[in-house]
Amino acid sequence: MKTTTNIMIVGVGGQGTLLASRILGNALIREGYDVKVSEVHGMSQRGGSVVTYVKYGDKVWSPIIGEGEADIILAFEQLEAYRALPYLKKGGVVVTGTQCIDPMPVITGAAKYPENLCEKIAAQADLISADAIGMAREAGTIKAANVVLIGILARRTNIPYETWIEVLKTTVPPKFLDVNLKAFDMGWNHQ
Amino acid sequence: MKQLMIGNAAVARGAYEAGVRVVASYPGTPSTEITEVMATFPAEDVYVEWAPNEKVAAEVAIGASIGGARAMTCCKHVGLNVMADPIFTASYTGVGGGLVIAVADDPGMHSSQNEQDSRHYAEAAKLLMLEPADSGECLSYTKAAYALSEQFDTPVLLRLSTRVSHSQSLIEVSDREEVALKDYEKNIPKYVMMPANARGRHVVVEDRIAALTAFAETTDLNTVTMTDKTVGGKKIGVITAGVSDMYAHEALGDSVSYCKLGMVYPLPVDLLRNFAAQCDEVYVIEELDPVIENHCKALGLNVHGKDVFTLIGEYTPAMIAKAVLGEEMPEHASIDAIPGRPPVMCAGCPHRGTFYVLKKLGLTVSGDIGCYTLGAVAPLASVDTTICMGASVSAALGMAKARGDDFAKKLVSVIGDSTFMHSGITGLIDIVYNKGINTVIILDNSITGMTGHQDNPTTGKTIRGEATRQVDLEALCHACGIDWVKVADPFDTKTFEAVVKEACALEAPAVVIAQRPCALLKTVKYTGHCEISDDCRKCGMCLKLGCPAISKREDGTIVIDENQCNGCGLCVGVCPFHAIKKIED
Repeated sequence: MKTTTNIMIVGVGGQGTLLASRILGNALIREGYDVKVSEVHGMSQRGGSVVTYVKYGDKVWSPIIGEGEADIILAFEQLEAYRALPYLKKGGVVVTGTQCIDPMPVITGAAKYPENLCEKIAAQADLISADAIGMAREAGTIKAANVVLIGILARRTNIPYETWIEVLKTTVPPKFLDVNLKAFDMGWNHQ
Repeated sequence: MKQLMIGNAAVARGAYEAGVRVVASYPGTPSTEITEVMATFPAEDVYVEWAPNEKVAAEVAIGASIGGARAMTCCKHVGLNVMADPIFTASYTGVGGGLVIAVADDPGMHSSQNEQDSRHYAEAAKLLMLEPADSGECLSYTKAAYALSEQFDTPVLLRLSTRVSHSQSLIEVSDREEVALKDYEKNIPKYVMMPANARGRHVVVEDRIAALTAFAETTDLNTVTMTDKTVGGKKIGVITAGVSDMYAHEALGDSVSYCKLGMVYPLPVDLLRNFAAQCDEVYVIEELDPVIENHCKALGLNVHGKDVFTLIGEYTPAMIAKAVLGEEMPEHASIDAIPGRPPVMCAGCPHRGTFYVLKKLGLTVSGDIGCYTLGAVAPLASVDTTICMGASVSAALGMAKARGDDFAKKLVSVIGDSTFMHSGITGLIDIVYNKGINTVIILDNSITGMTGHQDNPTTGKTIRGEATRQVDLEALCHACGIDWVKVADPFDTKTFEAVVKEACALEAPAVVIAQRPCALLKTVKYTGHCEISDDCRKCGMCLKLGCPAISKREDGTIVIDENQCNGCGLCVGVCPFHAIKKIED
């Protein structure tokens, strides 16, 4: 029955979560798993919270992940990492970039951006946080922040390093490959 | 080799492999990608078009079918309302080449204005309906739909839902089967639906439903998997269709028996009776309305359904495990109340300038369907109503007729270029014909935005990117009888404000074309970014734009996030103290 590994990718529309799920999905197919990837398109993408479910195993039935069912949450933004926390399985891992993006209620002054989110997450989960944008800048472009985060996630799966590199070669345009490989390695080596 | 594919792409692949020759649709989330993927197949194999609306699209597909080709039209659930007129009668005429109507429902309303259940249309129009549960079935059911359409001489509805349309699962593709164009034969009793002929065809329709009901008993689209296992001493059976079958399998595994209905209209009788007879307790697991449940109850079967499951929103495996097995939801972390993150207009969105002005003028705004529905969200909070495609124009005429000319002069309709083509024109003609004095603002951003950048009759390009004659909005409005038509740039807020004021003050109908392309178009190249200088007096005027790049710190300082800002410069003109400067990279 419930023998799949469940990864939830969360962020803000426009942060590049889509590419992350494509890289992950392709790596899993290469390893011979049954895979389902589910995301919602349309209005929610316009700067709203975006959520992608990636599930794999011998056989995957439901394409969605419920509360308390995610093995790993890969977050591109702190508030979204915290928002997704109820979906994490007991003992699960949260990988998050430390970027903060104000949502509209904060911009209009109707609400405050919550403080100490990483501490709050760490109190309830195994947390790995990283300044993915800073690391990506060091690699060559802040646009590779999503690949830095994929690198951190990759190390926590049982998919070999070589598979990830092969997948990056087929999903990233050749002229951006070097910077993305560098970004991936920085993530892979992040503790 | 197996590949990951979203359900929509698999539907397109299935239609392609089944030899489809003509596809016509209007975009609508979550159905849009079917037609987009169709347009990636060779033009010599399949003609694909974006039609101005779903009714036109369905009629193109019906015509192609009568013309002997396998044809398809795709829409979202509310699009089916728009095409209801032709498809109810296409049910009477039947088909020439196979005809499939793919309709994607949106339980949970991720991107829709209502949560209607398309299965009611199958019963109302007396059309065969199939419902796949994952991408593999999207492909195989689409191919089956073409065979059944021709075997039973009926259009076939293929029902999808957001989770089926937009979930990727593994499929294996095969080659296209070339299906020859059928000979065209004039057949007045079959294709001319005037009363004398339609009476004859109605008999054919009822006979067809009887034949399809018999077919439903034996088709392998409906499957039964029995188990001897018991739950709490009882043999449990579940009746499922679509994605709820996937949820049920994950939640219940092999502890229950399954009757999975791939054909959701017409429903079988004996199959369900026999299944129920072998179980101590039966649950019907279907999102939205109790369509299968009501059918079972009409057969006298004692089933659980909406007594334990909700009518509202999407289901989850955990919800099913709780209802059927009494299992508690898994333990999980709890979090403090946090601010939501609703969708917002993008940085650089041309609609931001429009709504900034409309809000400033305090106008009542009759809204429509598109990205600009977000003009209802704070801080702009400008839009008053949103009902359906085109209603901004006609509903505003109704408001004006109800409340008089003084009200009409403080009222505008806002409608996108694609939505105006879809069904705004008829409302505009109504305003002219019935002496309205309304102002209509066409938000011309050069693309169909919300559904992800599809071309339309105003963009000058076809779905395959070929150049075509562009509908001239100004000339069109003039031809409808609007004498006062002006084009203005919503980012030139001062001029735009003056134009809107002038239009509203007229004792005649007026159209303002707010022209500026969507900021996400590849052809739009804003450069640099904006910065706030020491001249800022913290008046907060720029915050009224609701730009995701501009925010206020706790100490009152206003800042522009360089990562979010695309340098569109709208805020530069809005600042009364000239404290915002554009910095080129």
